Amino acid sequence: MSALPPYASPVQRIWFYSFRVICGLIFFFLIFPILVILPLSFNAQDFFTFTKEMLALDPAGYSFKHYHDFFTNPDWQQALTNSVMIAPIATLLATSFGTLAAVGLSQSHVPYKPAIMAVLISPMIVPLIISAAGMYFFYSRIGLQGTYWGVVLAHAALGTPFVIITVTATLVGFDRSLVRASASLGANPVTTFFKVQMPLIVPGVVSGALFAFITSFDEVVVVLFLGSAGQKTLPWQMFTGLREQISPTILAVASLMVAISIVLLTVLEMLRRRSERLRGLSPG
Amino acid sequence: MSDTTAGEVLTTKDGQPLKVALAKALRREKLRSLALIAPLLIFVLLTFVAPIVDMLFRSVENSIVEETLPRTVVALREWDADSGQVPDEAVYAALYADLAVAVEEKTHTRLGSRLNYEEGGMSSLFRKTGRRIKRMDEAGPFKEQFLEADRKWGELATWNVLRQFSPRFTDGYFLSAFDAQRTADGIEMKPDNERIYMLLFGRTLFLSIVITVSCLVLGYPIAFLLASLPLRSSNLLMILVLLPFWTSLLVRTSAWKVLLQQQGVINDFLVWIGLISDANRLVMINNQTGTIIAMTHILLPFMILPLYSVMKTISPTYVRAAKSLGANDWTAFWRVYFPQSVPGIGAGAVLVFILSIGYYITPELVGGTSGIFISNRIAYHISSSLNWGLAAALGTLLLVAVMVLFTVYDKIVGIDNVKLG
Amino acid sequence: MKLKTVILAGTALAYAGGAAVAEDMTLVSWGGAYQASQKAAYADPYVADHPDINVIWDESSNEAVAKLRAMNEAGNVTWDLVDVVASDAIRLCDEGLALEIDPATDLADAPDGTSAADDFGDLLVSECFIPQIVYSTTFGYRSDIDDWGGKEPDDICDVFDLETFPGKRSLEKRPINNMEWALLCDGVPKDEVYSVLETDEGLERAFKKLDTIKDNVVWWSAGAETPQLLADKEVVIGSTYNGRLFSLIEEQKQPVKMLWDAQVFDLDGWIIPAGLPEDRLARVKDFVKFATDTQRLADQAKYISYGPARKSSAPLVGKHADLGIDMAPHMPTDPENAKNTFLYNYEWWADYRDDIDAKFQAWLSQ
Repeated sequence: MSALPPYASPVQRIWFYSFRVICGLIFFFLIFPILVILPLSFNAQDFFTFTKEMLALDPAGYSFKHYHDFFTNPDWQQALTNSVMIAPIATLLATSFGTLAAVGLSQSHVPYKPAIMAVLISPMIVPLIISAAGMYFFYSRIGLQGTYWGVVLAHAALGTPFVIITVTATLVGFDRSLVRASASLGANPVTTFFKVQMPLIVPGVVSGALFAFITSFDEVVVVLFLGSAGQKTLPWQMFTGLREQISPTILAVASLMVAISIVLLTVLEMLRRRSERLRGLSPG
Repeated sequence: MSDTTAGEVLTTKDGQPLKVALAKALRREKLRSLALIAPLLIFVLLTFVAPIVDMLFRSVENSIVEETLPRTVVALREWDADSGQVPDEAVYAALYADLAVAVEEKTHTRLGSRLNYEEGGMSSLFRKTGRRIKRMDEAGPFKEQFLEADRKWGELATWNVLRQFSPRFTDGYFLSAFDAQRTADGIEMKPDNERIYMLLFGRTLFLSIVITVSCLVLGYPIAFLLASLPLRSSNLLMILVLLPFWTSLLVRTSAWKVLLQQQGVINDFLVWIGLISDANRLVMINNQTGTIIAMTHILLPFMILPLYSVMKTISPTYVRAAKSLGANDWTAFWRVYFPQSVPGIGAGAVLVFILSIGYYITPELVGGTSGIFISNRIAYHISSSLNWGLAAALGTLLLVAVMVLFTVYDKIVGIDNVKLG
Repeated sequence: MKLKTVILAGTALAYAGGAAVAEDMTLVSWGGAYQASQKAAYADPYVADHPDINVIWDESSNEAVAKLRAMNEAGNVTWDLVDVVASDAIRLCDEGLALEIDPATDLADAPDGTSAADDFGDLLVSECFIPQIVYSTTFGYRSDIDDWGGKEPDDICDVFDLETFPGKRSLEKRPINNMEWALLCDGVPKDEVYSVLETDEGLERAFKKLDTIKDNVVWWSAGAETPQLLADKEVVIGSTYNGRLFSLIEEQKQPVKMLWDAQVFDLDGWIIPAGLPEDRLARVKDFVKFATDTQRLADQAKYISYGPARKSSAPLVGKHADLGIDMAPHMPTDPENAKNTFLYNYEWWADYRDDIDAKFQAWLSQ
């Protein structure tokens, strides 16, 4: 399929090209909605659609005013601050607990492994609305509803499955004789972990942390229920904005968030290649 | 200590039998792994599993009646519901004593709201009676005064509801979740104009299937193309799949709102090229179409990635062999390639389906009233109608559905083999 | 080593977050133009005099009852002052979730010495309710619809007339007001609406009337939605609060006009959540006394077209702060606008809300 052989029949030729066209259209469907908001976020008008000036590429049709609004409006700035305060702490908790557990799970003899795995993965599987409802009721009872730590703990719990999965994946290719070698040379388990295992699983830990970060940074359902005004995050502000006052500032924020996604994606891709090269799994 | 065996048992350097030493080492290893897992396990149990269990409990919990009307509940135990008579004066006296306290503590309206979920009119009954209670004569007779406050106190239905829902646990919320109710004649379906949850569960199921199928139809060619291209170009194209995957859900939902509105980009474009007239702009948002389009886009990467990882392992030599044996392109694909990709279809479809039946944000923003899911109803009961018991019951049913699906997923893929990115 | 720094930095951040909370006063309101008017008329002047207080706005008024109930269950009330409509205030007061206030001590007297209780008069509909404004729920329509052949709606029943006025409508996603309008347009006399609605046949009748336009309705749950939908031409007629329409028409200069017919008057005001600790209660009481005095309520009318709840504020209402236009003709209570108004029955809805809401929601999803 990768290339058309010279002896292809006309039918094969037509099929080959139409298949490419179909795939092109699907790729267009995937990427167009994300690209379309970028130019619209520079709209000089408060509209959600292209104006005549914009289509004529008239510079007067474009402006930074929605970006300016984002950086000066206290509501958006408060939301940005809250997101920045919540996501890293939740990531830190999720990553440290998750990495330890993944190392534990990768040992050869773990009792009740399927049951433990099911519990640890459950935050990823249970629909968010159910997690949010349960946490809302339970955190209300214990006084965590509407508090900073309530949101952080909830987000950390939601992020841990991703850390476990990514770290476990890097540990699959891990050569256990290295641990034994380290032990036989007199290192204690803690030293072994930090000097031998850690450097090799770092790519997995970092990509797990990125997943945990983006889980918290993008999360809206749980924070809507658990949070109060003091924990209003960017996605929350976007959600109320979309439901109530649809201002193009949302598109400016959305464009900035796409930029963040591109950065995260690049980092992840580099990590993946590095880890594969390290473990000799792929030519890279 | 017998001579016959001593020489045969292998021992370690310090004289322990090898078997014992190994068992010890194994136990130590088990303990060490558990010690590493324990912090997270405890963390997840406390912050995540406990809330879910608490929610399950809330779906059957019903202590409010007994707490608000303790004396009445006791007095009602003596009453024979089948007698066709309303309870005697003693019960009314108990009700007076209870309500006097409840009105003082302002708990009677909450009880009224609770009972109103089971029988319409209870909320207004408790409110009206609450306003009258202070003016009632403390000496009695109470039955007369209650009947005067509201004639509903003289109806069997009122007392039946009170009696039926006086135990601390109830199946009432689950019955409601199935559009059923408990009446004097046993469990019955609610009247047609009040049935809503089965409809919503059905719609959630239907929309999830449509979304899963559209994801499969769109995702299969893409995964196929990516798996068959050389690594360099497929890595490049993979970015087009991963970028949406990494982009915030709200960003993508806002994008669809921009595109699908009647004054949105797509309609503007169609009017501009003259395909539709300005007056007949397409309605693609605030209905099922909006939900299906936006959610297919959002969940498509979750279909492509598992499909791709399975297709990557299918060796091209099989297809080549089939062709060299005389199969045409279609036969080679359908009889040789497709069967090998079925595990990927299974994994992707179950994953997309699990994710979609629990969706809340996107239907809320683009679904209107016809494109919403059961999740939106759960959120409504938590934040607007305040019927938390019913929200918990609906949540429990949804959770059971997801658990069943997940077990299927586990059988197909295995939890250990979940891959990301 | 690095990890340690990160943890330390994280803890420091968390502490910074905790320290800021100590001086915060959380006001809950509706967002949009209304919240902006509250901010300009009383929150900003108050903070200018009390720099130690940091006002945080939470736009959760439409979920206030649920959230207050959750906070009450937890014994951890994070809100200091909540803006709610009168019916929610009654409900919160009934359930003991709002604090009862004493107008004599908690509210400021009018400048001429009239007591607060007399100044607010019968607008004090509940012991917990501190009224701010009289608003109305009414309709706005686009004045540039070609399909209407030059006609413009001037009667509430035009909302139900899809032949003369084709196009989408937006209505609130709850039974209150919609049921009354439906019955009025089905021929029920104004003073019989609630007694008809009390019967099953009456309910049926209201739903039948609403059925005639159901396919053409976009349902809203936040007051800012209708103005946005009108501005985007997504709907041609829509109900919302009159002040939202004012800012759409006068401030944003959109081609939209008011349909005042059968506007429904309602009250909006503050409640103080029950169970606040002493220091926060003292702080919030001080703020409320300031925020609901005669001048402040009159000031608010400079930013939004809602009538002040105090009689003594009415003569002080002047021109719009930025536009410089007279505000009086834009008030729902202006005689020209109030030719045909509908009185909203609080007590009736408090009693029947749970019933009708359940049926309305079922009707909506069918």
